[in-house]
Amino acid sequence: MSAPPLDLQIINALAALLLLLSFAMLSQRRIVSLVNLLALQGLMLTAATVLLAWRTGETHLYLSALLTFALKVVFLPWMLHRLIRRLEVYWDTEPLINIPGTMLIGVLIVVFAFGLAQPIAELASTATRSALGIAVAVILLAFLMMITRTKAMSQVIGFLSMENGLFFGAMSATHGMPMIVELGIALDILVAMLVLGVFFFQIREQFDSLDLHHLETLKEGD
Amino acid sequence: MTALNWLGQFVEVLVALALAPLFLGWVNQCRAWLQNRSAPSLLQPYRGIHKLFHKDAVVASNASSLFRIAPYVVFGSMAAAAAMIPSLGTRLPFTSAADAIALVGLFAAARLFLSLAAMDVGTAFGTLGARREMMVGFLAEPALLMVIFVASLMTSTTALPLISERLMLQPLAIHASLLFTAVAFAMVMLAENARIPVDNPATHLELTMIHEAMLLEYSARHLALMEWAAALKLFNYACIGLALFVPWGLATGAEPLALGQAVIVLAIKLSVVGAGLALIETLSAKLRVFRAPEFLATAFLLAVLGQLTYLLQVAR
Amino acid sequence: MPGLLDSPLSFSLLLLLAWLAIGLAGLVRPRSLEFAGRQLFIGGALVGLLLAITAVFSIAGPAESMVLPFGLPDLPMHVRRDALSSVFLFLLGSASVGISLFAAGYFRSGEGTLPGVLCLQYHLFLASMGFVLLADDAYAFMVAWETMALSSYFLVTTQHRIPEIRRAGFLYLLIAHVGALGILLAFGVLQGGSWQFTFDAMRAATLPPEWASAAFLLALFGFGAKAGLVPLHVWLPEAHPAAPSPVSALMSGVMLKTALYGVLRVTFDLIGEPVWWWGMVALGIGLFTAIYGVIFAAVQSDMKRLLAYSSIENIGIAFTGVGLSIVFFGVGMNALAALALVAVLYHALNHAFMKSLLFLGTGAVLHATGERNLGHLGGLIHRMPWVAWLTLVGVLAIAGLPPLNGFVSEWLLLQAFLYAHEVPKPFVNMLLPLGAALLVLAAALAGYVMVKFFGIIFLGQPREQALRDAHDAGWLERLGLLWLAGGCVALGLLPAQMVPMLAAVVDALGVNASGIRALRDSWWMLTSMPGRGVSYAPLAFLLAVAAAMLATVLIGRIFYRRRTRFADPWDCGYARTDARMQDTAEGFGQPIRHLFQPFFAMERELPTPFDAAPRYRVVVTDRLWRLLYLPIERIVQRIAAAVSGLQQGRIATYLLYSFVTLIVLLALVL
Repeated sequence: MSAPPLDLQIINALAALLLLLSFAMLSQRRIVSLVNLLALQGLMLTAATVLLAWRTGETHLYLSALLTFALKVVFLPWMLHRLIRRLEVYWDTEPLINIPGTMLIGVLIVVFAFGLAQPIAELASTATRSALGIAVAVILLAFLMMITRTKAMSQVIGFLSMENGLFFGAMSATHGMPMIVELGIALDILVAMLVLGVFFFQIREQFDSLDLHHLETLKEGD
Repeated sequence: MTALNWLGQFVEVLVALALAPLFLGWVNQCRAWLQNRSAPSLLQPYRGIHKLFHKDAVVASNASSLFRIAPYVVFGSMAAAAAMIPSLGTRLPFTSAADAIALVGLFAAARLFLSLAAMDVGTAFGTLGARREMMVGFLAEPALLMVIFVASLMTSTTALPLISERLMLQPLAIHASLLFTAVAFAMVMLAENARIPVDNPATHLELTMIHEAMLLEYSARHLALMEWAAALKLFNYACIGLALFVPWGLATGAEPLALGQAVIVLAIKLSVVGAGLALIETLSAKLRVFRAPEFLATAFLLAVLGQLTYLLQVAR
Repeated sequence: MPGLLDSPLSFSLLLLLAWLAIGLAGLVRPRSLEFAGRQLFIGGALVGLLLAITAVFSIAGPAESMVLPFGLPDLPMHVRRDALSSVFLFLLGSASVGISLFAAGYFRSGEGTLPGVLCLQYHLFLASMGFVLLADDAYAFMVAWETMALSSYFLVTTQHRIPEIRRAGFLYLLIAHVGALGILLAFGVLQGGSWQFTFDAMRAATLPPEWASAAFLLALFGFGAKAGLVPLHVWLPEAHPAAPSPVSALMSGVMLKTALYGVLRVTFDLIGEPVWWWGMVALGIGLFTAIYGVIFAAVQSDMKRLLAYSSIENIGIAFTGVGLSIVFFGVGMNALAALALVAVLYHALNHAFMKSLLFLGTGAVLHATGERNLGHLGGLIHRMPWVAWLTLVGVLAIAGLPPLNGFVSEWLLLQAFLYAHEVPKPFVNMLLPLGAALLVLAAALAGYVMVKFFGIIFLGQPREQALRDAHDAGWLERLGLLWLAGGCVALGLLPAQMVPMLAAVVDALGVNASGIRALRDSWWMLTSMPGRGVSYAPLAFLLAVAAAMLATVLIGRIFYRRRTRFADPWDCGYARTDARMQDTAEGFGQPIRHLFQPFFAMERELPTPFDAAPRYRVVVTDRLWRLLYLPIERIVQRIAAAVSGLQQGRIATYLLYSFVTLIVLLALVL
């Protein structure tokens, strides 16, 4: 048995680290660390994209790597840090399910995602064997994080992490979406972030807290 | 040939017994340097053990014979484990007496005896230590098993010497799964050996201690054996980790030259491991007792992730 | 009768009859403790020994069957002895030797039932269990099964003057009958339209897959009720503490295994072609049962309840193995299926020895102190060294520590689990290794439970003044304990002798075990599957540890020669330490209560700092009781209330009911 080429090994390792970072986010209580983990995830994504670009020789992937880096490693984390400072939310409250419990559910989710992806992985060329499974897992884990957290801030971070998973899946399965789509998504995220930023201030204005429990009182009929 | 093998086995155990306190001394020294303290001598653990052997033992008057047998059982288990772990060679006679699972069982036996002995005198601290030790134990064991699972996935065996040999034959490659598993193993090792994020080996602060609380009633030769056994346990864990993750340099025979070489390689590897251990301990803070489950759940999770990614990425 | 002794089957039947005869002999002088409560029990132990020997020598022999000359007209009783029966007969015989010897020294006069009646019930129980294992048609099986349930019910309610014990007995009887219903229905499905209820006919019948699945699930339900699978486990922690200790030992050590026997018989023999997903069902339930049982064991403060929950855990482990084996078998991985089955059988044998040993140990403690509550015990190792040290063997064995027997079966099962990722089913191949982790969690928790059990009863300071007068067990009791402890050690040290024997059983069940014939490498070493180079040598373990111990002792003696002084405990310098400062049973279980909170329904009463007489009380109850049993009870009550409307109290109305029924039936039939 011979080892696969080095760049593939590294891409696979990066994919696994992406998954690991998702779990780290799931277990992290401090919002500042959450943002850092998100930035790290962006970095992994950038590295994987560059490697894939180098391997396949598709130049537009370099461009999307640059975009990923600018947006997900530099701009969004910077903005989130600023928001944290201005809103003074440093800690999330205890999550709805305790952390070991969340992690166990996370493991089951990974089993589910990998199980779905396994038949595809066995058909695919070695280049992206594990990518789809990991991408699905990252998306679902981000979803789980959004469900179990109560602070609006961590939910936005979950949302962004979900986008990371999506991007990774698209990149490794089809070597990136068409440039125009990618640009569109990037713009979407930017706008969404800006809108959400405004939202945060509004929510805090209204309830003196970013805890989403308070939104429950908004339903009609009471 | 067989005589030579047995001789090699004997040497392996002797090296383990002799190096274990030195390894502990090295970790302590590194820790002291990292914390800007003047370091104790490398030989300090030997002096401690020697001093303790020279004293008259004081035993609580209501202790049963279990209390006095336990140090011998614990020490004996650790010495036997040292014989079964391929720390120098992979073809020595005792290495086939136990696979990794049986080794875990042997460690569990030592832990159980230690806990029972701690409960024997019937003091508040003893029972407290026993309870916490057993708690850490039952959380660590599933994580350790998953680590072994990953190794056996890659080599289709649970026998440590075979795992080492087969890993040595495999082409060098980056395995994310192996990386995760190594981290998981390191976490389990810290927890099982009463090291810092879970327990503090240097503390006698009542509310936080686990391992030390169980040794409170021991003195003189009994205490010496217990401390030596603890050093051996750390050494054994380090050797298991080395056999699983960095097996290169193990002797596959029992020729004196190969074994001699293996001793030197082992010493180098252990000094790196010891420094790493000291670094981790310096960088992390002691966890609350009930955060220990989270710590070990993370270890478990890492090992499971390692296994799953391996199944997805490599296995067919 | 010359031909009788030639066949192991007829000899075994004869031995079962001997048990019955011993039981009836008890009625000759029912009030004599010496005769009915002692001598006859020793006779019973001898019969058990003979049975075990017969079974051991007949395991490898061919299956043989017989038609008994009695039974209902046109419904003669069929009996058959094959390898599976033999191995369970061996379990029954060998465990009963120790238990009967202990019982011979255990029963005292003036405790509830008369000695003679007790003797009858006890031996009837033994014989009926034996007959369950030999029955070869549904009718004989059910008769034996019900006899077993009833005789054990009477044994449980030996002290029937205590209301709680009557209640426990009732619960046991109720669940036993719900289970029996499931088994009956399973047999009904299994006959497959032939309306022949012999097991031979069931083997021959080919069922459509959905009916086969129905039969399996019914059998799992029915036998699961007897075995104590969650959620049908509730009777166990009630009935075991209520029964006298030898009876608890028999019920837990042997009777639960008849349920395991039933599941194996139905799945691998009568159905013959198990489907892989049945295995997943059994495995899931088994794992849940194991974890559930051990967690609850850890928070008990009654020593016999603790052991009862530990039995639930062990049954869970056994069913996990059965499930794993079915999965492997269903996907055609025969060798691994065989390995898992060997592990199950080994575990059944192990559990029979170690759990009986522990229950008998608690019996001795109970007699010496009159206490079942862990909170009032402690320090008994000084007063009862025999019981303590022999119990320690059981404790180490059940905690799954090498080189004792509990470890062997766990090791075998884990070896089987290690290949689970090769099962060619998506999801399953990734989930099964997690199952192994849960199994190890259960085993490691069992260690926790056993430290609590042994540490609190036998170690530390006595928590009550009265414990200082506790006395050790008598010689018959010691002999019984010794037999069982010896069994634990032997099964632990000589797995290489046992495993080929069990492999023969597995072979006879139709799971080809030729792949693991090579399990036996040499007489002292056990190896796993060929090509894996995995081996385990318990004797080497023992030798290595013993040699290291000896060497240290010698070195201490020769080079240092220091003396030992005795003084008060140091305890970090606290001057006044008393027994109340040790962990209580509740205290020792606290981490478990904390970590596994969602499992428990907890009621806690905490004192405030200003209480003059502070009281701490915690009651941990089963959440399933409230979630499952009480709603069912309410539904039953409601139906009963509706039906009670029929009760008018007037004869004419009742006659009218009969009349209408008759008319309807006639209309339907004609």
